[in-house]
Amino acid sequence: MATSVLDHAPAVHAEKTGIWSWITTVDHKRIGILYGTTAFIFFLMGGIEALIMRIQLMKPDNTLVSAELFNSLFTMHGTTMIFLGVMPLSAMFFNYFIPLHIGARDVAFPRLNAFSYWVFLLGGLFINFSFLLNAAPNAGWFGYANLTENTYSPGLNTDFWVLGLQILGIASMAAAINFFVTIVNLRAPGMKMLRMPMFVWMSFITQILLLLAFPVITVALVFLMMDRHFGSHFFLPEGGGDPVLWQHLFWIFGHPEVYILILPAFGIVSEVLPVFSRKPLFGYTAMVFSGAFIAFLGFGVWSHHMFATGMGPFADSFFAISTMLIAVPTGVKIFNWLGTLWGGSLQFKTPLYFAIGMVAMFIIGGLSGVMHASPPADLQQTDTYFVVAHFHYVLFGGSIFGLTAGAYYWFPKMFGRMLHEGLGKLHFWLMLIGFNLTFFPMHFLGLNGMPRRVYTYPAELNLEFWNRIQTWGSLLLGLSFLIFIYNILKTMRRPADAPADPWRGATLEWAIPSPPQEFNFGEVPPVHSSTPVWDLRRASGGQLPEPRRVSGAGIHLPRPSIWPAVTAVGVLGVIGSILFTHAFSHWYFITLSGAAILFYGVYRWAFEPPFPEH
Amino acid sequence: MSHAIPAPHALSEGSQHDSHPTTTGIPSRKVALWTLIGSECLFFASLISTYLVYKGKSLVGPLPHTESQCMLHGKMQTCEHIFEIPLVTTGTAVLLFSSFFIVLALYGAQRGKRKMLVGWLAATVLAGMFFVGMQVYEFQHFYHKGMGYGTNLFSSTFFTLTGFHGSHVTVGVIWLATLLVLAIKGKIPPQKALNLEIAALYWHFVDVVWIVIFPTVYLMR
Amino acid sequence: MEAQDAHAHDQHAHPTPALYLKVALVLFVLTAMEVLAFEAGRGGLGASLRPVFEPIVVLLLVVLSAAKFALVAMFYMHLKQDPRLLANLFVFPLLIAAVIIAALIVLFSYWRAVGAH
Repeated sequence: MATSVLDHAPAVHAEKTGIWSWITTVDHKRIGILYGTTAFIFFLMGGIEALIMRIQLMKPDNTLVSAELFNSLFTMHGTTMIFLGVMPLSAMFFNYFIPLHIGARDVAFPRLNAFSYWVFLLGGLFINFSFLLNAAPNAGWFGYANLTENTYSPGLNTDFWVLGLQILGIASMAAAINFFVTIVNLRAPGMKMLRMPMFVWMSFITQILLLLAFPVITVALVFLMMDRHFGSHFFLPEGGGDPVLWQHLFWIFGHPEVYILILPAFGIVSEVLPVFSRKPLFGYTAMVFSGAFIAFLGFGVWSHHMFATGMGPFADSFFAISTMLIAVPTGVKIFNWLGTLWGGSLQFKTPLYFAIGMVAMFIIGGLSGVMHASPPADLQQTDTYFVVAHFHYVLFGGSIFGLTAGAYYWFPKMFGRMLHEGLGKLHFWLMLIGFNLTFFPMHFLGLNGMPRRVYTYPAELNLEFWNRIQTWGSLLLGLSFLIFIYNILKTMRRPADAPADPWRGATLEWAIPSPPQEFNFGEVPPVHSSTPVWDLRRASGGQLPEPRRVSGAGIHLPRPSIWPAVTAVGVLGVIGSILFTHAFSHWYFITLSGAAILFYGVYRWAFEPPFPEH
Repeated sequence: MSHAIPAPHALSEGSQHDSHPTTTGIPSRKVALWTLIGSECLFFASLISTYLVYKGKSLVGPLPHTESQCMLHGKMQTCEHIFEIPLVTTGTAVLLFSSFFIVLALYGAQRGKRKMLVGWLAATVLAGMFFVGMQVYEFQHFYHKGMGYGTNLFSSTFFTLTGFHGSHVTVGVIWLATLLVLAIKGKIPPQKALNLEIAALYWHFVDVVWIVIFPTVYLMR
Repeated sequence: MEAQDAHAHDQHAHPTPALYLKVALVLFVLTAMEVLAFEAGRGGLGASLRPVFEPIVVLLLVVLSAAKFALVAMFYMHLKQDPRLLANLFVFPLLIAAVIIAALIVLFSYWRAVGAH
């Protein structure tokens, strides 16, 4: 039963309200909510893009959308779901829970954290603004050269894509440095690395991947931008360049990127399964090392996306073997999750459903992935719907199911209210059925030769039957999300009376009120294992008293600041200015203005004391 | 909860506060800068890889070390090699010594020796400016000899790689110049030497990247 | 990774300006050697030296620049005295970078396996 007892002294840190407090916030919890809300809206946009495609593909020779618009739809669907959906949804959980999990008050650099969010928001708005100019990116989310060069992509579409990704890359890099340092340096006493929650470990590995992979795509995007605007020939054969270089650079980033997309979801599942099995995670150390091994190996497999480019048998064999090898640590994780469930006292609540769903769907996706690892087999599968099936099983079945498990699991902590169980389970079943109806038949269509990225198909190819089923499946998926949204809206109207620990969790976030106070912990519980709150519960005879809200007197928190947002605007100005190189000759005045804002923002930020004077 | 521990503070650095305890004992800003350096290794590796992959594959001149055919004034002509090693070697030496200068500046800062700090930091800034100046002069010289950004693969990869390095140096110069102003005003006492240490680490990294670029680009035929 | 007293750690092996100067001079000499190797390899130091140096120029440059890199990293960037974590933050990405550079060179070289385009 929740009893919020305030001490006699008035709260020193009353949470501010109002839009200015949100624009200047440096509180990781608020930034997490900003990320999550923004990302969810982008995710829905990406979903609508998908639904339009599915309706177009429902029958042969359909005319709902033109080929050109279809190109933008699949490009923006992919780009949105990856960069504006899954990554920032993961960032919501990084932001909210990494400090709580390690017993810290905030991240290492709160203003840098806010900066990351604002740059992400501006980048997402920038790239979607292209729709208003009828110039949405349309050359695929992976932008293969030389389709993306001026000859074949003369308009602004690809420029929006290139520049938008550069902006988003800055957000990711800044956040990665922040979380990396936070995890290394801000752990509470007793919180050794091998006692951290698995979510923190997977997030930690994700940050390392971000730091190592994003610079490579940055370079690739710079080269493409130079080709398009400044006369170089990095990917243009007429100048001696090689389009395949783009593919290499892109996939050296792109493959680690898919591990960036899945590891946080793995981490969430590793949190949910133990709690809802009332059993510790099976093989904690193996889980850590398999995650690290997956990440490290992930840098050695990239050309499995290029088996059809004629690299030669040596390169093909090398990458085939490294790709097959990566199934091993992934398999370790699957077995450890099963081992966690085995013999546990299963609590059949919504988070568990989604977590188990994730494991099951990911296995299917992993199996098709192993099939791709063989170059001869891949020569048939590549560029067909078989690949579309594979990556949706791992990205939706894996990442989205995992993130949704996290949403149901952590909603009470973040918002102080429990989501409705019945609606949650309905959401799960509709999503599971809808998802499988949508994506499983794609395996068949792919093997029967239906290519990717086509806006229609002739009736003689007999592709209509499965396409129709898939479309109905996708509508069911959409319905499941409406139920989720309804659940959230309905729940937010209830009073915020959820207990601190509704699930009998093991990790530190369950030791503080729901939602937490601004400073997180009055006192950090002692940490002697990877399950500190279970230890506390055991020590107090099975019952954990509801934590009291304390005054927070004497705790000084970093002051809010506008400079991260200002600096973000500067970043947008500098990078976005390249859009105008063809529009008018003195376009660099925009660059200079952006740079001025950027420099001003940085200087004010650097010279502003991070804490209020006391 | 007899073993409860007061929670750690949010930030583990902050010149206005006594340094907050960090898990590793290393100030967070220092760890952050090393993390950035690690990431930048991949950035420059991608640029260097491209330079090496396209080495020798230009369709027209000018070329770095050998004679070639260039498109000049509308017609193909023989043009000589474009690099001038003595100039760049001088710049290289200056940049190398600037790392030495800043180490001395930091030594002075950590011991409260203001004159040492200001003098050697000023020397570092001047050395950095000399290096950038050398590069700007070199780029202009190349341009006047007919090598623009998109002239050939060599020009594009060369200007991108060295251009990004040069812009990193420029950022460093601005950073150090700001610290120099603070140092002159006496605002870098030993307790705030970390501010200079972080900038110095960045500066050394920029130097280290040039240690790789100089032989790879200029001394490998 | 418990808290260490980084300040005390510092005081055990503190380099002096004299040491830093020595490092600077060694760096200068190594740079000179790099340029000399280059010159020898292209015949600038006499035709007789060229066949000796030309095949090993790349190796010499790699070795010399690696030495300079290590000197700056260990002494100027203080990695010799600092906690091992910081050196790891540098070395690990460098290894990945080296692998990527090597892989791309191999993938784009002319002596790929028969059957490539």
